[in-house]
This record gives sequence, structure tokens and C-alpha cells, in this order.
Amino acid sequence: MDLDLVTSILAIATFAGASLVLATIGEIFTERVGILNLGVEGMMIMGAVTGFATAYRTNNVWLGVVVAGIVGGLMALVHAFATITLRADQIVSGLAITLLGTGLASFLGQVIGPDGGPLVGLTGPKFTKWPIPGLSSLPLVGEGFFNQDPIVYSLFVVVPVSWYFLYKTRPGLYLRAVGESASTSDAVGVSVFGRRYGYTVLGGVMAGVAGSHLSLSYTPGWTENLTGGRGWIVIALVIFATWNPARAVVGALLFGGVNAIQFRLQAEGTNLPASILNMSPYILTVLVLILITRTDKLRQTIGAPAGLGIPYHREERE
Amino acid sequence: MTTTQPETRRLVVEMRDITKKFPGVIANEDVTLEVRRGEIHALLGENGAGKSTLMSVLCGLYQPDGGSLHLALHQEELCETVLRSPRHAIQAGIGMVYQHFKLIPTFSVTENILLGAEDTPTVLDLKQSGARIAEIAERFALPVDPEARVWQLSVGEQQRVEILKQLYRGAALLILDEPTAVLTPQESDALGETMHSLAASGVSIVFISHKLDEVLAYADRVTVLRGGKTAATVDVADVTKADLARLMVGRDVLFSADKPDAELGPDALVLHGVTAMGDRSVTAVNNVSLTVRGGEILGIAGVAGNGQKELVEVMTGLRTPTAGSVTVRGADLTGKSAIDFIQGGVAHVPADRLGQGLAGNLPLTDNVILKSFRSEPISHRSFLNKKAIREMSIRLIEAFNVLPGDPDAKASGLSGGNQQKLILAREIDATDRLAVGDEPAVLVAVYPTRGLDVGAIEIVRDALLNQRAIGAAVVMVSEDLDELRTLSDRIAVLHGGEVMGVVDPASTSKDDLGLLMAGERLS
Repeated sequence: MDLDLVTSILAIATFAGASLVLATIGEIFTERVGILNLGVEGMMIMGAVTGFATAYRTNNVWLGVVVAGIVGGLMALVHAFATITLRADQIVSGLAITLLGTGLASFLGQVIGPDGGPLVGLTGPKFTKWPIPGLSSLPLVGEGFFNQDPIVYSLFVVVPVSWYFLYKTRPGLYLRAVGESASTSDAVGVSVFGRRYGYTVLGGVMAGVAGSHLSLSYTPGWTENLTGGRGWIVIALVIFATWNPARAVVGALLFGGVNAIQFRLQAEGTNLPASILNMSPYILTVLVLILITRTDKLRQTIGAPAGLGIPYHREERE
Repeated sequence: MTTTQPETRRLVVEMRDITKKFPGVIANEDVTLEVRRGEIHALLGENGAGKSTLMSVLCGLYQPDGGSLHLALHQEELCETVLRSPRHAIQAGIGMVYQHFKLIPTFSVTENILLGAEDTPTVLDLKQSGARIAEIAERFALPVDPEARVWQLSVGEQQRVEILKQLYRGAALLILDEPTAVLTPQESDALGETMHSLAASGVSIVFISHKLDEVLAYADRVTVLRGGKTAATVDVADVTKADLARLMVGRDVLFSADKPDAELGPDALVLHGVTAMGDRSVTAVNNVSLTVRGGEILGIAGVAGNGQKELVEVMTGLRTPTAGSVTVRGADLTGKSAIDFIQGGVAHVPADRLGQGLAGNLPLTDNVILKSFRSEPISHRSFLNKKAIREMSIRLIEAFNVLPGDPDAKASGLSGGNQQKLILAREIDATDRLAVGDEPAVLVAVYPTRGLDVGAIEIVRDALLNQRAIGAAVVMVSEDLDELRTLSDRIAVLHGGEVMGVVDPASTSKDDLGLLMAGERLS
């Protein structure tokens, strides 16, 4: 394999993986606090359509990102209200939000274009690459890490800060504690309610922004089913990363790389079906799931938060 | 026991006329509790007497519907305080050590302690905090490794972490919720010493218990709750065990049950060299051989988690042994499934009533037929006979006085005692039908009276003794040594999955049982 091929695969992997990293870290926050949000796909696609529409109308990509984040956050707020306040089933609520999001995005894509027309096929403003002088011409990593758009660059801050926050700070300790055991956290004076709301909404905001990266940079533009199941890859990635933001990057690059390799293989004319590659994230996730349930030690050290998916009500008698 | 006069010490807690209601239940009604500085104050009462509710009010978890709370933990004068949340209670100097530890297994000792501490810095310094924890641990003689993960610690060590956690955050009042329930008698005595040294250094302790002996052994004063009300507060030095029992139950209590001598029938359940793995792939039951005959009650004693669960699962066909054999009424059922054991004559009253015993969302009728729905007249071919189901439900509900007795009500709506009565009704009905002829049925009852009130306990105990009288072989797993000694004809003691000995309750002291439970063989 020659160096140019690796360089270009890494470049595409990073570019394609950026939205995955962002949404995965958001979902890690949400799951770490004990809420399973299967609405990521819905939030990403709504972020994509509203972000693109806003940018198209205002000619401002940043405003698009902001609106996408708000939309993702609002959808997460619905999930939070249903699952935390009403204690509805988290799986049902999450699936409902994904179904709602994909349907609504499809509808909006037909009517919020110019003169109430469709958005499909329009060319709008998009993020441009900001090559970092000097670094961007480095061999191998220069193209992938230092010739990207600002959303990708933001990950250089988001990833380490998320990791540090989660493992090295008091709020991070509280966040993890609530996800491990809500009743324990409550009994030691760490309030559950606000944290669950807050991190669920944060996860939604990050999913929305991740969606806007697709429509404002990666694709760019709006087409039906733009996210193409990336929200589900995010759910798998969280498990693959064993709820650790640092490992999420590795996973996202890997799964982003699957895209890149796919294009390459098609260009080379191999007849390996694309579906095989598309399956690989999920196969890897199943392998990780098997691994982390193998032994007590692995389950305790890198397994799922013990309180994931369990609603909490203080005065419920056992 | 203590040299200073408790009466001369100042009050640090005064709960006046506390009332707390739950839908349909008054858990506390005008309860009053006073605790002095450096005192070990026992809160005694039957299960359901309102002890836990009262303490949940004191630690800010529940808001009382009436009454007031006065505290002087951080100042000299009593001052009326409203505890809006557990956090408020912690700030006020109240530390709760729950029976089910409030620890996060995946976190280290240090992380667990920092979790509840007020002065935890925004950026954690685990090394420095660990050193401070080690220092406090040494001062109060509570040895524990700050860097260990909680899931790696023994139960006794986890309890020390809980106490340490409260001391770290400056608790001046420790509430211990049934702290000895998970300990051996020897570990309990060690805890008693810890409590005394803590009290001597000025910490006040409230410990919740329903065991008279440990109240007499460890406490200075005792407040007795009965039916959600205060029965009395007395100095331990002034009362006898019988006095406390009368206060707790409201009538004279006999400490031994009259039971006729066992009329032993044939071998009903024979375990031979049984070894079984636990859920964590470690040997949970190790080379156990036991024989239970018709007409006797075999008690199984042991500290929770020493193989009782797995042993019961082997006896009921829920777990396949890796070695040895299980014979029920002469038939070798080794490796057979639960249905073979049920049809072979084994009834099971499980420890987890709603988890294993009942389907909570189904009505009583469906729960009643869970073990008989395959047979006539409850079903014919694949069809259920509604009328027969109803008749059977009403018959059993009436026989065991299950309240409320609406056969269409959800099982999860019943109180613990009534859930247990419903399970017993179903299981005993099954053994009754199987016990025809000479072959006795087998009834395996696991923690059958745990969490029940006095009335329900009597019904359960009578039912077990009655089964014994009609010739069934009864296996009773319990953590209540008094209950085991009263009901059992023989007691097998488990430790680390092995039977340490099978003893005669009449000639074995509680101390000897304790030694067996701690893993020491009697010479």
C-alpha cells in the first residue's frame, strides 16, 4: 500500500468520522448519566436539515450549526421529559424520536426551501477547509488532521476536554456516579434529576451539531436520508468505545475509514459488496459486547454504566 | 457499660411528633426520638414498624407530613431544622450507613468517599484525597485501602468504607441501618467495638435493629417503635430481653415454639457430593451432601452469599450441578430442568417474591395457577378453564387469608406479607397434591419470613410446621438464627459453599453457630 493511499484514506476517515465523534461523545455523556438515547439518528437528521435550511436562508453556516444544536437539544429535552419526569421506557421514547425525526426531516426538506419548495438539490453555503500552514503539509497526517474544516478542528478540544471532565473532575465523578447508581448518588447528596436532564440535552445538542456537519460540510447539501444510519453507528460506537471519549475517536476513525476504503475499493473495481463493509461496525460492536461480558473484572472496569436505562424515583418504596 | 452518665450529656437530635404517610399507609405517626452526644441509641422494632421511614426522614430522603426536627450537631443549642434533601442532612452532620451499601462498585474507595464529600475540589487529586482518607481510617481504627475498587472488597470492608465516608464528611451522627444483617456474629462484635470507640470520641450513633440481643449488647438507650408509633424509650441497663420483646410486639412473646417431636419418614431429598458454579464462574457450592427426610425441617444457616442461593437453585432444578447427584423421592433428577423437579415433588418459596415467586403485573388468579396450569381441571388440552381457575384462586385466597382478596387484582399491589401468603398457598397446594401415598413432598423455603410483620411471620411459620406435621420434607434457608433454632430439627451451616456441619439446634449455642458461619469447624 503506498503512502498516498494511506494519507487519503486517513483524510477521508477523519472527515467522515468527525460527525460520528461528536455525536458519540454526546451519547457517551447521556448514557454515562444513565439515559439511553436511541433518538440520535432522528436528532442528527433534524440537525442536518434545519442546519442546512438556516445556512441557506441566512447565508451563514455558523448560524446553521447553532440552529441544528438547538433543534437537537429540544428533541433531547422531549426524550428527557418522557424518560426522566414521566419515567417512560427509554427504548420506546428513543425509537419514537428517531421515527419522528426522520419523518419530519423528510417533510421539512420538501417545504422549507425557497418559496416553500424543496431543499433537495440546492447548493448553499458550506464550511471551507482551513489548512493550517506548515502542519497541513506533514506527510501522512497533515492532510487528515490539519487540512479540515473548523468543526473537525473543534474535536481537538472537545475530545480531550470530555475525557478530562469525565475522569478527572468532580462534576465528571458526579456524572458517572448518577449513571452507575441513581439511588446511591441521591443518598450521598448528588442530585439526579438535573444532571440527567442536563447531560441528555447536551447529548442532543451534540447530535444536532454532528448532523449539521454532514449537510454543511461533508455532503454538503440536503438529500433524503442524508445521515444514512449514522445515528445507529453512534449507538454502536458508544459500546465499541466502552463509554470512553478517547476510545470513541479510535472507533469513529475506524468506522469513518470504512467509508473511505469503500470508495477506494469501488474505484479499484473489486466486487466486494458494500454491505459487507457497512456491516463491519456492528460486527465489531458485537465482538466488544462479548468481550466486556466475558469476565467480572472486564464488566466492572469497562462495562456499561450499571444504571443505564433504569428510571429513578426517590420515594418509590422497594 | 459506659462510664459517663448518658443523662448528663446534651441532646444532639430531637425528632418531635414526626408523621409520614404513604398512599394507604401511615408509616410514622407522632414518633419522637431523642439522641444524646456520644450515645449509642438503638431503634428497635419489627419489620414494618416504621424504623426505616423515620431514619429516611432524619437523613433528608423523605419529607415528613407532620412534626419537627431539632438538631445540635454543629452547634451547642438545639435548633429547628428542615432537611429538604440528603445533601442538607449531610451538611447538618447526619451520616447514614444503609443496610444495602450506597457504594458504587466500579469506583475506588477514594472516589466513593469523594462523591459525598462537601469539600471535593473541582479538579480531583485522588492521591492527596487518598492520603487524607488513610489518615482518618487510622485515627478511627478502620483499616481499608483507599485505592481498592469497591467490588473487590469484602462485605465487612465495604461497611467500613461506608462508616469512613460519613466520618470523612464530618458526620457527628451516624445512622446504621441493620448493620449486622450481613455480618457473622464475630464480625458483629467487631462492629460493636468500633461503635463504642466512635461513641467515646463524641460521635452519636443510631442503629436500627429488630434483633433484641444485639440491642442489649451494643446500645446505651433504645427507642422502640411499634406499628409506626413510639412504644417507649428506655435505658438498656434497666430492661430485660422479655421487656423489649413486649414493647416491640405489644404482647408477651415466647422465645420457643411448641413443636412435637419429628416423626421421620423416608428420605425425600438427597444431595450427594454436589458441586455447582455461581454466576461469576467460581465454585459456589462445594461437595455438599445432605439428606432431608419427610417430617423434618432442615434449616440452612450462613452469612448471605455463602452458597445458599446456588444450593437452593440446585435443589429446585434451576442450576445444574457440575458434580454430584440430586435425588428426589428416589428418582435421580441430576441435570433435569425445573419442571422435572416440580413434577417430581419439589415446591419452592423463593427469596425474591416479586422477582421469582410472582408475576407482579398479572392478577392473583394467574399467579395461583402458575404451577398447575398444565393439568386438569385448570386446563384441558391447550385451553384454560376459567371457572376452575377462579374456584381454585378463591379457595387458596381464603385458606391463607390473602388481603385484599380480590382475585383480579395485580399481585404487585399486595403487601410483602400477602405476597408471601399467596406464594405459600400455591406451593403448599402443590405439595398437598403430590404428598399422596408414602412419598413425602419437598418444600424449599428461602428467607420465608424476611421483611414480614409479626402476624404474617406466624402464619408462615405455622404453615411450615404444618407441612412438617403432615410428613413433608422442609428445607428452610434463613438468616435469622433464632428462627432457625426455633423451627429446625437440624441446622446445616454453609460457609464458602461448604457445609461446615449439620447440628442439633437444641444442643448448639448461638456462638457455636456463629463460629461455623465464620468458617471454623467445631472440634
